[in-house]
Amino acid sequence: MVDPWTVDLSLYGWIALMGFLVATACGLVGNYLILRRMALMGDAVSHSVLPGLVIAFLFSSSRGTGAMFLGALAAGIAATVLIEAIHRKTRVKQDAAMGIAFSTLFAIGVLLVSLYSEHVDLDADCVLYGEIAFVPLEPMVTWLGVTLGPVSLVRMAAVLLVVVGLIFAFYKELLVASFDEALARATGINPTWLHYGLMSVLSVVIVSAFESVGAILVIAMLILPGATASLMTDRLGVMHAIAVGHAAVSAWLGVSLGVWLDCSIGAAMVVAGAAIFTLVWAGAVLRRWQRRMGHDVEPVPATSVPR
Amino acid sequence: MKGGGLNQAKRGLLGLGLALMAVSIASAASVSEIMDTEWREQLGRFFSMRDPSLRFALVGSILLGLSCGLLGSFIVVRRMALVGDALSHAVLPGVALGFLWGMTKDPLAIFIGAVIAGLTGTAVVNALVKTTRIKADTALGLVLASFFAVGLCLLTMIQNLPTGNKSGLDKFLFGQAAALGADDITLMAIVTAAAVALITMFYKELLATSFDAGFARVAGIPAEWVHHGLMLVLAAAVVIALQAVGVVLVSAMLITPAAAAYLLTDRMHRMLLMAGGFGILAGVTGAFFSFVGRGLPTGPLMVIGASTVFAGAYLAGPRHGVLARWWRQRSRAARTERENTLKALYHVWEDDGFRDVGVTLADLAQRRRETLDEALRRSRELERHGMASVNRDAVYFTPQGRRRAAEIVRNHRLWELYLTNSANIAPDHVHDDAEEIEHVLGEKTVRELERRLDYATQDPHGKHIPGPRDIHGGVLAGGDKAEGEP
Repeated sequence: MVDPWTVDLSLYGWIALMGFLVATACGLVGNYLILRRMALMGDAVSHSVLPGLVIAFLFSSSRGTGAMFLGALAAGIAATVLIEAIHRKTRVKQDAAMGIAFSTLFAIGVLLVSLYSEHVDLDADCVLYGEIAFVPLEPMVTWLGVTLGPVSLVRMAAVLLVVVGLIFAFYKELLVASFDEALARATGINPTWLHYGLMSVLSVVIVSAFESVGAILVIAMLILPGATASLMTDRLGVMHAIAVGHAAVSAWLGVSLGVWLDCSIGAAMVVAGAAIFTLVWAGAVLRRWQRRMGHDVEPVPATSVPR
Repeated sequence: MKGGGLNQAKRGLLGLGLALMAVSIASAASVSEIMDTEWREQLGRFFSMRDPSLRFALVGSILLGLSCGLLGSFIVVRRMALVGDALSHAVLPGVALGFLWGMTKDPLAIFIGAVIAGLTGTAVVNALVKTTRIKADTALGLVLASFFAVGLCLLTMIQNLPTGNKSGLDKFLFGQAAALGADDITLMAIVTAAAVALITMFYKELLATSFDAGFARVAGIPAEWVHHGLMLVLAAAVVIALQAVGVVLVSAMLITPAAAAYLLTDRMHRMLLMAGGFGILAGVTGAFFSFVGRGLPTGPLMVIGASTVFAGAYLAGPRHGVLARWWRQRSRAARTERENTLKALYHVWEDDGFRDVGVTLADLAQRRRETLDEALRRSRELERHGMASVNRDAVYFTPQGRRRAAEIVRNHRLWELYLTNSANIAPDHVHDDAEEIEHVLGEKTVRELERRLDYATQDPHGKHIPGPRDIHGGVLAGGDKAEGEP
């Protein structure tokens, strides 16, 4: 019998920590995607990075971090450009353009994975739901004599630090541009640059989360924390805090659930996150319902103000 | 006959190979690598159709291509493209539960489970949008990913069960047409027949609700029910396509062939036929390469086939294609250029009192504020189109060129007058607008303008507006002979 939180903590602790880092980074970036109504851009980009990743592997024939990030960035930008090229130049709408662009890139990626499976250290299933359980088996990184953790976990932590740093640095700009593009432009913020910057950060976050949770589950990590938070608050800062809390709880619950059911831990984390969202949703609906009931009892004072 | 078939096969193979190469050089190279060793043998097997599994795979691909193409047309024109994506991911838990029902890959149980899961997914999306302030795109992504995660959880659970290993459920992720059996084909045929029958029966209703919701309401068509019915058939079509294309890429089989057809025609029934045809083409291409490539996943190959068709329509579509558009824009720009030269010639000629001599290149160059070489190049361009003739350093109108020049000047001045009189715009602000519109005003609009302006002959700047007599005969026509022959 596996007991993740006591006996096997050295193993499952790393997995839970990795899940927390992935969900936090995705959730923080995802907040902005949701606010800007680009939630499905996460879907498109997370599928599209695959061919870039595979080609980077083929050329560098190693899992070099630099090559990986470069390949993913190139593929992410290629997807953005393709979508624009389809929906600006023809009458195909943006949603269909997105569907066409990302499915094509993803198909090429899956095909490359199956053609070069002996050269590429990825397999088709891993593309979808990742292998977070392999994180503790990776070589450890030591720095100045201190053991920091497995390679991909350290990388993820670095990416998360960069994301947090960027959000602190550009908090005001992002806030204004997400809610009022006209005001942003008037105050001298270039929304186009901000858009491409956000897309680049998105690609980097996705590629570093990719191996542990896979393409589809990245989308869940991008949307679930932000959607949960947006049901609970109106303030962006509080939204970020709730997203981090959501990430922590779903990582912890996910590991427990995955061990208990003996299924993919990455998928289990998303199921846990979705369960939290469902609870919050039910609460919100209940509150609204109560408020409406209360409203029906005495709607008079509001309208009987003398004119 | 066999030789002919093989020849055709080679040609087909070449075409498909090239198409694939266009999308991904690396993968095409590797496909040919595989085929070097055994392609003859595999090709022979493919075209002799001896393998029952191959026959099933082919029939299955045709059926799924047809049903996806037909239904995809409606979701593309209804702007619900990503609903197909959400639906296809949301069916996964249903697939797993359908398997758990009898612990076998019973097509009917899986079908029912998947359709229920898919419809539950779309219902959750609707509920989210209705009860919270979450927007549709977020709701779609949320349902897509959450349902998919539940499905993966169940799927990996099944695979870790002692009996689950041989279930072949992993084929549902990326698709393997060769795994189709007789039961699957029967189910696919039933769903496809139902889709075709429903589209034929409710064609008018679907058309009305897709394009003109207001008309549909007035005509008493229950739009809600049409929507629900479409979702039901769509869910069924997605589920039958799952085994061959895989969960992840089904939505591409819905969107891409239909979007390609959307670029090629403006008529819904033609779009349906084309989308069905493209779907079949993509399906057969995928099945073919998957078979020849020995177990390559079918789904990505089908999607690349469909994307190649789309790329063809995107580039070479006669009306909405990028090349055709670019060409139209270019020729329109060239025509505008020519007409501007004609106008400049007319202006110089007018200032000269319509004398029966040509316009010198120097005058034209001065008028357009250009060098002599540029003026000469523009005049030669007019000559090529039979609008003028160039003789040493002077330019002469041909009758056709003179008429067109007078028309352009008339359009310009009429429009200036119209803006000044009817839109109350200051006379010194109307020129730029007239510069644009003079090239596109049609005869009918000109008649209407003339009528509204009481056949005025003076523009706001006091210049003469050429009338029908100036254009088609009368005063100006007298100069024809002298101008035409220097």
